[in-house]
Parts: sequence; structure tokens; C-alpha cells
Amino acid sequence: MFEDVSIFNQLLVERLNYFIYVVLLLIGLWAMIAKNNLIKKLIGMSIFQTAIILFYVSIGVKEGATIPIYLPEHDPHGSHIQLDSNHTELLSHGPKVLEASAVPNYTNPLPHVLMLTAIVVGVATLGLALSVCLRIYRGYGTVEEDELLEKLEREDSRRVGGSNKRRPRRRASANKGVTAGQSKRGPMSEKKNSDKPTTRRRQASKSRAKTNGPAKEQAKSSNEENGMSKPVKRRRPARKPKEDKS
Amino acid sequence: MKKTAFILVLCIGLLLAWAVQDFPAWGDPKSPASSSPVASHFIANTGVDTEVPNMVTAVLADYRGFDTMFETVVVFIAGLAVFSILRGGPKSRTRDREFVVDFEPDLIVTNTVRLIVPVIQIFAFYVLAHGHVSPGGGFQGGVAMGASFILIALSWDLKTALARFPIERCFTVAALGIVIYAGIGLLSLFLGGEFLDYAHLAKIFPVSPEMARYHAMLGVEIGVGFTVTAIMFALYASLSTDGRMRDGL
Repeated sequence: MFEDVSIFNQLLVERLNYFIYVVLLLIGLWAMIAKNNLIKKLIGMSIFQTAIILFYVSIGVKEGATIPIYLPEHDPHGSHIQLDSNHTELLSHGPKVLEASAVPNYTNPLPHVLMLTAIVVGVATLGLALSVCLRIYRGYGTVEEDELLEKLEREDSRRVGGSNKRRPRRRASANKGVTAGQSKRGPMSEKKNSDKPTTRRRQASKSRAKTNGPAKEQAKSSNEENGMSKPVKRRRPARKPKEDKS
Repeated sequence: MKKTAFILVLCIGLLLAWAVQDFPAWGDPKSPASSSPVASHFIANTGVDTEVPNMVTAVLADYRGFDTMFETVVVFIAGLAVFSILRGGPKSRTRDREFVVDFEPDLIVTNTVRLIVPVIQIFAFYVLAHGHVSPGGGFQGGVAMGASFILIALSWDLKTALARFPIERCFTVAALGIVIYAGIGLLSLFLGGEFLDYAHLAKIFPVSPEMARYHAMLGVEIGVGFTVTAIMFALYASLSTDGRMRDGL
């Protein structure tokens, strides 16, 4: 009982800053996992990132210290000629190491440096993510994850069901390139495709697969019907066209 | 799905809340971050090594110059990727009409922006050039500079902004920034030092090694500023028009 109280005391009073970052981080994580809209997922990612940035900056706080810029009395720029306090004598000194007693007067510059670059790079990568979303919207007319999956599934089944005259020929030509080491490379490259863990990645790889010709996609859809990702299962449709051809 | 996610998030939250107890207190001078030898080395030696009063700039552009260079490259590649992702590929399924907004640039808005933009740009130059002695540097100045172009695009239209800063020039300027950065690094390499070891630039410039680092940092920051300015505007131009570089917002 007493311990519980002290934990809450620690969380909400002494270490309130960390508590806020934890909450922000969880909001971002929740949005990334549970939200259905890709843009909302990106908003979650940004909140997550903000939590990390705030965390780093708060780590850099130091009681009784000033910002990491030298005060005039510690100014390292030594070649300037200055008058001393009585304005009678010219003082000139080269740059010198800050005395150890003055070091605690400045905060650690490192967290600020790291977060400075992280913010700008974060903006750039967020722009990249938004452009991928725009592209998905352009291709499928939606950024809702479930609608997107539905459309992809429908497209896959359409591709497998219809136009079966064109499919084997195209697949054969797609496989031609790997004929030499097919027994090794075929399944391996397919396995790489199937190892995408998250749904968003899967969409991305699928939209990529669209451009790669139907070979991989065919393999993928058959994989999905089976609900497995064993390379053995997936090799079968890929090998068939070769027999057809011969 | 949502239930699993909730449980997962809750578990992570509890773990983090439990871990928070071990974290240093707010502003504790004895916390690992504040008392680490690296931090005190930077604080004590920045002055004697580089004569730069702003330690953040010194760490950013000198001690961690390699890191910053590739952060800049990341920004550049991200901008290039956004441009090429939105440019190529299938044409939009939605009607083009949907994006076209019929409007006249507002008189009050445009005249205010006309007054403000030069001030923003001068301030951006100040932030960039004064990054050594006051808070600032290439990233901050570059973002402010890019914002001024975005402001033009918002108050008139994208065409007006693109007439002043065409998208091709954006990428040229961005690449130029990286070339400046890497060029300063390579120059110090050819002068007998290591890559980005600016002190060796003192061999060809009439300054002390410390001041060579000081001025090389300014050059590096200018490179970063170029890249960030151009990429910020290129990101806006690409994203606001779905890659078509016309109409838009």
C-alpha cells in the first residue's frame, strides 16, 4: 500500500516530465497500431517522435546551469584585445581551457545537437511518408487500411481468376531471368517478400509487386489463401509455367 | 486488433512507468547526462579547440561533423524521393478538377507578405551566419528561409513561388549544399588531415588552426542551410500539388 503511494508520488510529482513523455509516447504508439487511417498513423508517428525529442531535451536540463553558449567572461575568442576592469591596461590572451569550476555552469550540448538534427530529418522523412500516402491514395482512392486491404485482395483474385491466358506466359518470362539458380534463388526471393511483418509494409510490397509483373503477386495471393508463408508452398505456382513452356 | 493493440500499449506503458523510477530527477546536476565525461569535455574544450562560443554549433559541425553531413544527405534524399514518388507512376484517378481552386490573391495578404518576406529572409541569414555566437545554425536558418518561400506560395500561388525558386533549381541548390559540405571535408583531407578535420585548412588560409575550424564551421553551416532551404520548399511544392507542380494550394 505504502509502496504504491510512493510510486504514484514519484510518477506524478517528482518525475512528472517522464510521465508526460510516457503518455505522449503511448498515444503515438496507440495511433500507429490501432488507427485505420494511414494519415492518422503518421500523426501518431509524429507524436511519438515529439515524445522522444522532449525526453532528450529534458535529460539535458541541469539545475543552476545556463545554455551551452559561453558567457562573456568565458569567451574563448582570445585574439580580441580587451581593456581590463580599470581601463588602463590592455589584456590579450589566447584561447584557454575552461576552468573545471566553471564546467557545471553549462548544460550538456549533446542532447540539443542530437535533437536539432532529428527534428529536421524528422520533417523530411514525414514528407516522404506523406508522399507515399498520396501515392497510395492516387492508386487506390483510399487511405483507410481495411478498404485498402479489401481492394488489394479483390485485385489479386481478379488477376488470378481472369486473364489466365496471359498470366503463365508473363510469369514464364519473369522466371527466365532466374532459371540458372532457380532452385535456390526462386524460393529465397519469394520468402523475402513474404517476411513483411506489418500490414502497412505488406501493402507497400504489394503495390511494388504490381510493377514487378504478376509472378510475385501470384505467389503472394496463393500464399494468402493458404494462410502460410512456407517457401515450399509458394514455389509450386512459380515452377508450373516452366513445365507449360517445355 | 484494437484489443491486442490496447493490451500491448498498456504493457509498454506499465514497463515504462516502472522504469521511470530509475531515471534521474529533473535537472539533477549529477545525472549521467549532465556529469558524463563527454559533456564536460565538450564544455571545457570547445573554446580552446575552435574558439566558437556556441558549443552546440561546435559539436554539430565539428566534433560530430560526419554525422551532420549524412543527416544533410538524408534530408536531400528524402526530398528527392518525395519528388520522384509523386512525379512518376500512374496518373491520379481523382479528377484533376478537384484540385483546382479558383481564387484571386488577396490584396491585404499579399501586401503583408511582401513586407514580411524580406525580413524573414534577412533573419534567416542572420540565424545562419550567427550560429557560432548565438542560438542558430544551418538547419534553423535553412528552415526559416524555406518557410519564406512557402509563405509566398501560400499567399499568391505555387506558380509565383516556383517562378522565384524553380523546382530544378531547388535540387541543384540542395546538391550544391552537400557538395560544399563534402568539399570542405575533402579539402581538409587533401591538406593532410582527416576527412572534416578543419584545423588543417589553416595551411592555406591565413588564420590559426582554431580560427580555421571556426570559419570552416560557417562554411559547413552554409552548405546545410542551402540543402535544408531547398528541400523544405521542394517538399511543400511536391506535396501540395500531388507532384504536378501546378495549381495546388
